[in-house]
Amino acid sequence: MGSLTRLQRYYLYYTGCFLLFIGALAVLEEHGMPPRWIGYAFLFFTISMYALIGIMSRTSDVSEYYVAGRRVPAFFNGMATGADWMSAASFIGLAGTLYLSGHQGLAFVIGWTGGFVLVALLLAPYLRRFGEYTIPDFLGARYGGNAIRLVAVAATILASFVYVVAQIYGVGVITSRFVSLQFEIGVFVGLAGILVCSFLGGMRAVTWTQVAQYVILIIAYVTPVAILSYKVTGNPVPQVVYGQVLKEVGRLEEALFDTPAEIEVRRLFRERADLYAQKIMQLPTSLRLEREQISSQINDLKASDAQMKDIVSLEKLRREMPHDTEQAKGRWEAAMFSSVERATPMIHHAEAFPGNDEEEQNIQRINFLALIFCLTIGTAALPHVLTRYYTTPTVSQARDSVFWSLLFILLLYITAPAYAVFAKYEVLTHLAEIPIAKLPGWVAAWTKVGLVSIEDINGDGILQLAELSMNPDVIVLATPEIAGMPYVVSGLVAAGALAAALSTADGLLLTITTSLSHDVYYRIVRPDASTQFRLVISKSLLLVVAVLAATVAAQKPGTILSMVAWAFSIAGSAFFPALVLGIFWQRATRAGALAGMAVGSLLSIYYILRVEFDSIPLLGISGFNMQPWFHVQSTAAGLFGVLAGFVTIVAVSLLTRPDATAPNFLGGIRLSGKKDVS
Amino acid sequence: MKSGARINSDEYWRKTKRLTWWLLSIWVLATFVMNWFARELNAYVFLDFPLAFYMDAQGLLIIYLAIIWFYNRRMRQLDAEYGIDDE
Repeated sequence: MGSLTRLQRYYLYYTGCFLLFIGALAVLEEHGMPPRWIGYAFLFFTISMYALIGIMSRTSDVSEYYVAGRRVPAFFNGMATGADWMSAASFIGLAGTLYLSGHQGLAFVIGWTGGFVLVALLLAPYLRRFGEYTIPDFLGARYGGNAIRLVAVAATILASFVYVVAQIYGVGVITSRFVSLQFEIGVFVGLAGILVCSFLGGMRAVTWTQVAQYVILIIAYVTPVAILSYKVTGNPVPQVVYGQVLKEVGRLEEALFDTPAEIEVRRLFRERADLYAQKIMQLPTSLRLEREQISSQINDLKASDAQMKDIVSLEKLRREMPHDTEQAKGRWEAAMFSSVERATPMIHHAEAFPGNDEEEQNIQRINFLALIFCLTIGTAALPHVLTRYYTTPTVSQARDSVFWSLLFILLLYITAPAYAVFAKYEVLTHLAEIPIAKLPGWVAAWTKVGLVSIEDINGDGILQLAELSMNPDVIVLATPEIAGMPYVVSGLVAAGALAAALSTADGLLLTITTSLSHDVYYRIVRPDASTQFRLVISKSLLLVVAVLAATVAAQKPGTILSMVAWAFSIAGSAFFPALVLGIFWQRATRAGALAGMAVGSLLSIYYILRVEFDSIPLLGISGFNMQPWFHVQSTAAGLFGVLAGFVTIVAVSLLTRPDATAPNFLGGIRLSGKKDVS
Repeated sequence: MKSGARINSDEYWRKTKRLTWWLLSIWVLATFVMNWFARELNAYVFLDFPLAFYMDAQGLLIIYLAIIWFYNRRMRQLDAEYGIDDE
């Protein structure tokens, strides 16, 4: 490839530095450095690296602050996009999802990479040739008027804010788990980590820290599974050899899934689920009966000369009983669902569209394809990814940088299924049918944190697979321990997860603030604002939004992770049809785009709400839960939203008068029309 | 832009569009049509993987990368042909 550029040399030194740092820690661990300090060392070292880059890239130039001066070479923009794109969910959650759902989970891998095909072919070159700062800018220029700009800003914030909260929440989880900081403190460490990257240097600083974060996250992701792969197969390239392991997993599944003990355990869980269902149906009588039963038990014990210990534990049980019908319903439903889950026969990892009959298989097939569709379109429509393609020097480099983006992202996504298969292999060989007292140490360690739970429901002292339930996050977090690696590898994984969360949070935060300061304040409120004042506004908004997001994250909102999945549907249905038709269909009009964006995103939100919830106390609505259309789950709501968006834009555009400015604008970004250039 | 080259830019756009639609249909075929038949494809084995599992875990991603690579290469050629030199 000839000689390296100056930037490439810098990042090579940086990577070397990071590897040396890991080596040094490994040596120190040998000499008795406690794990907690290793955790701190990683946290401190990586965040100060980011801070250093952040401070070196400080700027007071608007173009630098918003689009890094459009001087980011394709290769590095690809890397930055990779880090920008891969969030805490990709890093920690994806492998676990694949572990739990087997082939069905691959929809995420396909959707999250396929989106870049659409970015490359339909969006990136045109956005770059247009060459302003934001996505609302583009829509505003194409369709004209402030209304569309405001709708676009609203959709940007709606999709990005939940997403950024989830990242900060992720930082809290990671820091609390690996360096045992209190969750809330972890959240504010995360906030500091985000601000050092973005506050002083805006997009320019975010870009160069994202490149640094990509390096760390990819090393951290690939290392543990490569070592595990080497231990299991003798080949350190997991992506190549896990087919073999998958075959072995299939064989073990055949042997283990339907043993008499497994069937018995599943029957016991089904009975328990039925019991809960009954209790829920008979509310509130069942709650009263249960309380009376415990009370009479306590009285009986008190009358006899029973051990005080037993009475106290029963009283504790009584105290912890649900206080009212609402609470009882919630808790028992949760218990019922978890029992139902354990009672369902496990799926074979490699089987596509698992189901007992043709109809169930078809439902799985529809959901698989619908989810791919939504995630693909959502990926291609998330504003924080699209703005990255404003930062390259030329259109041709923007195109190339999509290629690099996908390549860098692919390295992680091609590894994730291997993680899942190796983890499953470990579970099937070292956990299934093993006496519970003899389980490997990592199981107990993660049970304590609540990510693994084991219940010997049939009391035979042996672990049946149905008795084990794992939180998806555990797969990536525990792999170092599963493979018996030193703690330094666990620290590395934590640093990688942190890098993934911080880099995505930075990109999102910057997108939100740019929308507010550039699109709302500068373009609509005060077009005559001086550049210096615009920067002041940007920086203050950045601070406000970041603190707001951290405050929300500190409340530990439980539903935040599923809300992220919905962000794809909302962004996809709001932006994708308006952007693509705006570029490829001259006849698309302002009224059409406005109607399409509104109808698309509202339909997605409506579908999510009605499928997921039964009541919204805030609005006083209840009992509006509905059956999904064509069995499509709420995570794929965008299927309807995107299609409705396209249909609405076409219909309304045809009913309104053609846009007079469209041909000129399109001539500019398509380089078409009779422009006489000589 | 290159001086002296009078470009027929409508043709440039037509060719860009045609290329885009071709590659998009490959994306649709590979992603949706192929996956519709995933159960049937799994009867075949490739590198020890059931075929559909391999395609979804690795094959499609490589196809996606190839689509983008080809698009960029072809667009560079078109740019040169029509004397387009952005910025």
